[in-house]
Amino acid sequence: MSLLTEPRLDDADLLFETLVEAHRDLDAEASRRLDARIILLLANHIGSVETVREAVLVAREAVKPRKNP
Amino acid sequence: MQSTYTAPRYAYRPAGDAGAHHAVIVVGGGMVGLTVALDLAQRGQRVVVLDDDDTVSVGSRAICFAKRTLEIYGRLGLGRKALAKGVTWHVGKVFFQDRPIYEFDLLPEMGHEYPAFVNLQQYYIEQWLVEACVATGFVDIRWRSRVVGVLNHAGGATIEVETPDGRHMLHADWLLACDGARSFVRDSLGLPFVGKVFRDRFLIADVVMKADFPAERWFWFDPPFHRGGSVLLHRQADDVYRIDFQLGWDADPEAEKEPGRVAARVREMLGPDRPFELEWVSVYTFRCRRMEQFRHGRTLFLGDAAHQVSPFGARGGNGGVQDADNLAWKLAAVLDGTAPEALLDSYDTERVPAADENILNSARSTDFITPKSDAARAYRDAVLELAEHHAFARPLVNSGRLSRPAVLRDSVLNTPDAEPWDGGVLPGAPAIDAPLADGWLLGALRHDFAALVFGDAGDVPQGVRPVRIGMGAIDAVRRYAAHSGTVVLIRPDQHVAARWRGVDAAAIAAARDRALGLGA
Ligand SMILES: Cc1cc2nc3c(=O)[nH]c(=O)nc-3n(C[C@H](O)[C@H](O)[C@H](O)COP(=O)(O)OP(=O)(O)OC[C@H]3O[C@@H](n4cnc5c(N)ncnc54)[C@H](O)[C@@H]3O)c2cc1C
Repeated sequence: MSLLTEPRLDDADLLFETLVEAHRDLDAEASRRLDARIILLLANHIGSVETVREAVLVAREAVKPRKNP
Repeated sequence: MQSTYTAPRYAYRPAGDAGAHHAVIVVGGGMVGLTVALDLAQRGQRVVVLDDDDTVSVGSRAICFAKRTLEIYGRLGLGRKALAKGVTWHVGKVFFQDRPIYEFDLLPEMGHEYPAFVNLQQYYIEQWLVEACVATGFVDIRWRSRVVGVLNHAGGATIEVETPDGRHMLHADWLLACDGARSFVRDSLGLPFVGKVFRDRFLIADVVMKADFPAERWFWFDPPFHRGGSVLLHRQADDVYRIDFQLGWDADPEAEKEPGRVAARVREMLGPDRPFELEWVSVYTFRCRRMEQFRHGRTLFLGDAAHQVSPFGARGGNGGVQDADNLAWKLAAVLDGTAPEALLDSYDTERVPAADENILNSARSTDFITPKSDAARAYRDAVLELAEHHAFARPLVNSGRLSRPAVLRDSVLNTPDAEPWDGGVLPGAPAIDAPLADGWLLGALRHDFAALVFGDAGDVPQGVRPVRIGMGAIDAVRRYAAHSGTVVLIRPDQHVAARWRGVDAAAIAAARDRALGLGA
């Protein structure tokens, strides 16, 4: 897997704030489109569909209910 | 309504051969059935074609004929006619709301006999195919002859035919089912035809008008004259324009076909001052599906009977014509005894992946045009919003990925490259045209096995027609990445079978035998 999931951000709190701020005043539909534009821009920046697919898998896993131990 | 074209009526004639035995019977005299019949006839085979109707395709159907189809029709003697009558185009433009966001050129280089696309109404092609079939003297087209029963067995098929004179039986060594998307042959053999339906409806209006719109494909997402939907505009022969309005799933197909309502939509688009007449109107729902296999013993399925796609990308008819192109030479070789029956398995293994490629592309286009969830719509609209100012988003805009010929990359009939190649035309790909000193490269291939022999190369074996190409033919040399001594073996359907930097006649013969299914 080439997707990096270790901490890499130069400023984690600023990233969170930036994303949340980006959606200020937007309704649900406009928010969704904004997210889509951001993802498309970042995906192109990454330049690899494979990496995006890995991110999709990891993201979907994250909200699956955990099996009881 | 139709004013620019009068469909011929072909007379029913009693065949009077009840119980007769024929080598090849084609069920369905549509575009694909007639194409395969003509190809077989030009290879010296006798063919009976049965069609339940007495005329050509009526109404709004195929209009965009791709370069490869034109090349196949060129081989069959109809290419120039299509070029002369149709509207040549190669540029597509995509608009979002009121502005252009993306433009593509499907054939940016010169030096090909045929353009990227010619727009021509399907009925012209079918009418010319009928005439050409009859002219061979080898095709017996029987109109108003509906197949109503099929029995498939090891030695061929027995069919029941219903005519104005009643029913009779016929026997065929080989049955070619070209009876369209609702194939009776397929259903009566109980063969599944699975895929997906797109929950959307499209109004297709063919409109006659004088206009000087450029010969380009124009596609709008959410234009001011049709908010929330998409619109596609194509120019055809005889000053007919095809306009395709996306209506959404909830539209009432009957109400939408009402001429006053259609005219209002068209006027909204063209402005109040442009006179036009409605030529033909229909409402469609599109689907993508295919059979699991196209060969079932001695019954073979071609065209829409075998696979169906949505029209975005013009892959239906163009795909079907490639089926005919792929099958005709193989079946002729089997009938002539120069190839084993097993060669026909390669029809299945070559054309099933080709159909999958067409289905994948047209399904992706349709999913872009008709987003199937709110999330899909958000991504679709995001792409459109970004495309105007950001080049990266333009290739994501999918208004139809237009028909490309299949590359039969993994075919067992190919002899894989033994030497390193940098570019050129790989085994399985269709031969690429280029100008030669005395005509076109594809024209020189005709429909036998042929070898492109570049510069200073040696002999080719018996049964392979050499096409000698001097190193001064720079387009051909560049397109085939040829050196002096390069030989490219081409199958009768003009796909590359093998290529070498240097070769002897024995190796060429071995590759030819492999392409005939005579063992690797
Ligand atoms: C709106 C629209 C636009 C399209 N645009 C394009 C395009 O631009 N480019 C493109 O390449 N394709 C396009 N297509 C697809 C194209 O029209 C079809 O893929 C093509 O017609 C398939 O040809 P066919 O011969 O396989 O089937 P058909 O054309 O359906 O022919 C089947 C024939 O079989 C006959 N038949 C049926 N049942 C029987 C029976 N039991 N016995 C005897 N005869 C029978 C029918 O009468 C008919 O003549 C479009 C389709 C639509 C609907």
